[in-house]
Amino acid sequence: MKILVPVKRVVDYNVKVRLKADGSGVDTANVKMSMNPFDEIAVEEALRIKEAGNAEEVIAVSIGVQQCQETLRTALAMGADRAILVKTDAAIEPLAVAKILAKITADVGADLVILGKQAIDDDSNQTGQMLAALLGRPQGTFASELNLADGKIAVTREVDGGLETLSLSLPAVVTADLRLNEPRYASLPNIMKAKRKPMEQLAAEDYGVDLTPRHNVILVSEPAAREAGVKVANVAELVAKLKSVGAI
Amino acid sequence: MSILLYVEHDGTDVNEATLKAATAASQLASYLDNAEIHALVAGQNSQAVAEQAAKISGVSRVIHVDNAAYAHPLAENLTQLTKGLMDNYSALVAAATTTAKNFMPCVAALLDVMQISEIIKVNSANGFERPIYAGNAIQTLESSDDKLIITVRTTAFKTATLDGSASITAQDSAVNTASSTFVSAQLSSSDRPELASAKIVISGGRGMGSGENFALIEKVADKLGAAIGASRAAVDAGYVPNDYQVGQTGKVVAPDLYIAVGISGAIQHLAGMKDSKIIVAINKDEDAPIFQVADYGLVEDLFTALPELEQKL
Ligand SMILES: Cc1cc2nc3c(=O)[nH]c(=O)nc-3n(C[C@H](O)[C@H](O)[C@H](O)COP(=O)(O)OP(=O)(O)OC[C@H]3O[C@@H](n4cnc5c(N)ncnc54)[C@H](O)[C@@H]3O)c2cc1C
Repeated sequence: MKILVPVKRVVDYNVKVRLKADGSGVDTANVKMSMNPFDEIAVEEALRIKEAGNAEEVIAVSIGVQQCQETLRTALAMGADRAILVKTDAAIEPLAVAKILAKITADVGADLVILGKQAIDDDSNQTGQMLAALLGRPQGTFASELNLADGKIAVTREVDGGLETLSLSLPAVVTADLRLNEPRYASLPNIMKAKRKPMEQLAAEDYGVDLTPRHNVILVSEPAAREAGVKVANVAELVAKLKSVGAI
Repeated sequence: MSILLYVEHDGTDVNEATLKAATAASQLASYLDNAEIHALVAGQNSQAVAEQAAKISGVSRVIHVDNAAYAHPLAENLTQLTKGLMDNYSALVAAATTTAKNFMPCVAALLDVMQISEIIKVNSANGFERPIYAGNAIQTLESSDDKLIITVRTTAFKTATLDGSASITAQDSAVNTASSTFVSAQLSSSDRPELASAKIVISGGRGMGSGENFALIEKVADKLGAAIGASRAAVDAGYVPNDYQVGQTGKVVAPDLYIAVGISGAIQHLAGMKDSKIIVAINKDEDAPIFQVADYGLVEDLFTALPELEQKL
């Protein structure tokens, strides 16, 4: 079995984003970029499945600017076998990404695609589900545990009410939640080794997918700021304050 | 054309989140020549839910599909069902619960449109606002798609009233794809209010130190009739179950009062609670970022503050 893991290059989760003055978006110049944290979890899970002898190959793919290569190198350094960069300088939406991923899934013959449940930049939480629908495959989203057996995959999912377990027939699509695993750090030797692993480069335009955005972003603005509050000296003062404003 | 509202339920009651989505749907309808809003109830033995849904203000018709295929909200089955219905609708609206987040993008993909995730404002017939970057930026967008697939951030909309009287149309359109099957669920049960809709929430973080220590929080919650939440760190450490997580990638809450205890205030946590009306922070580190959003900050060890708080309430 081959596992495909799409990875996205995003502003690092520790960075407090700044907006461009003209309201056109988030300023990403000179900002630390990293692999979307949920995608790291997806890579880790794919590697664990391979290490358990349930997959032969883990292929990482990223769609975006040339620098997505760095994100792919991270995936290779973690242990992915090879990488595919689908290059585009255009802002590309989840629907178009899912369409390209559907073609790549078929091209490489992946029985399992593991994605992060959401990207921490646009917080859309839709690419994995769209991919599953386009491929006509069952999906296990927000996964906190996976178990492969007899051509099926049991997926424990984090849902609003707690946990839920589904059984999916393969091929399938899974999206990773935070508690699926704790991703490994790439060791120095593995980072060196990753430089020699194969990375194929293709152009998004080659997939015959219409990349025109469906959402016309008119403005990206600051959220309403909260006014700074006060410090209270002790619990008694806290309770008094809360009572005075009718909060309790 | 009309708007289809997906009704989330537990087999007995309409989820309160749906009532918030109904308000968003009504606002959208006002820009669409007062388009009708139809509510979709899919479930098994779900007559009571359909009857409740018929009362949602603004809904003119309930489409009730009662079939074993919908005993559990499997994405594949719900996708086929709603996609089929969408011929007659120009928009599909649902609260951004884990159920809707699971299947709505599938419907969007099959209709060849983008989903508009977690809207916080309706500006026009195709214009919306939604938070991005953990709520650190607000995106104002216009969709060029011919059908709108929308999930609604429930904290941004009022609860629709239950004073309507829609007609109920039973429809049988069982689709069972069988490519995924429900195995089991471990749902948290509690007598406390639901985290997502509680008026008061008290959350614990890594500073709680253990699951046992959450008893200190429980005692305060009992006094206040509050729901209990947690930071990711507290969930990851196994102090409390996953459904307690508040934040960018957990639940988004906006109660009248939010009390954060032993939580540092990482942006991912703030994303889930900073729209609360009043925020209280109890933390022994006076420089903890949580104090920057707190209306009332108490710099104190939580192990002394919580028992005292319980006693003084
Ligand atoms: C992709 C991604 C998604 C994430 N999603 C979420 C999310 O949805 N929700 C979320 O919460 N986090 C999320 N996080 C994690 C987030 O970045 C923080 O790591 C997390 O919120 C920290 O939790 P905490 O505040 O409990 O722990 P810490 O940051 O460790 O803070 C503990 C606090 O407790 C205080 N403390 C300790 N002992 C005491 C005591 N005795 N008395 C009083 N105070 C005490 C300390 O001073 C400290 O401020 C996410 C992270 C990533 C990368």
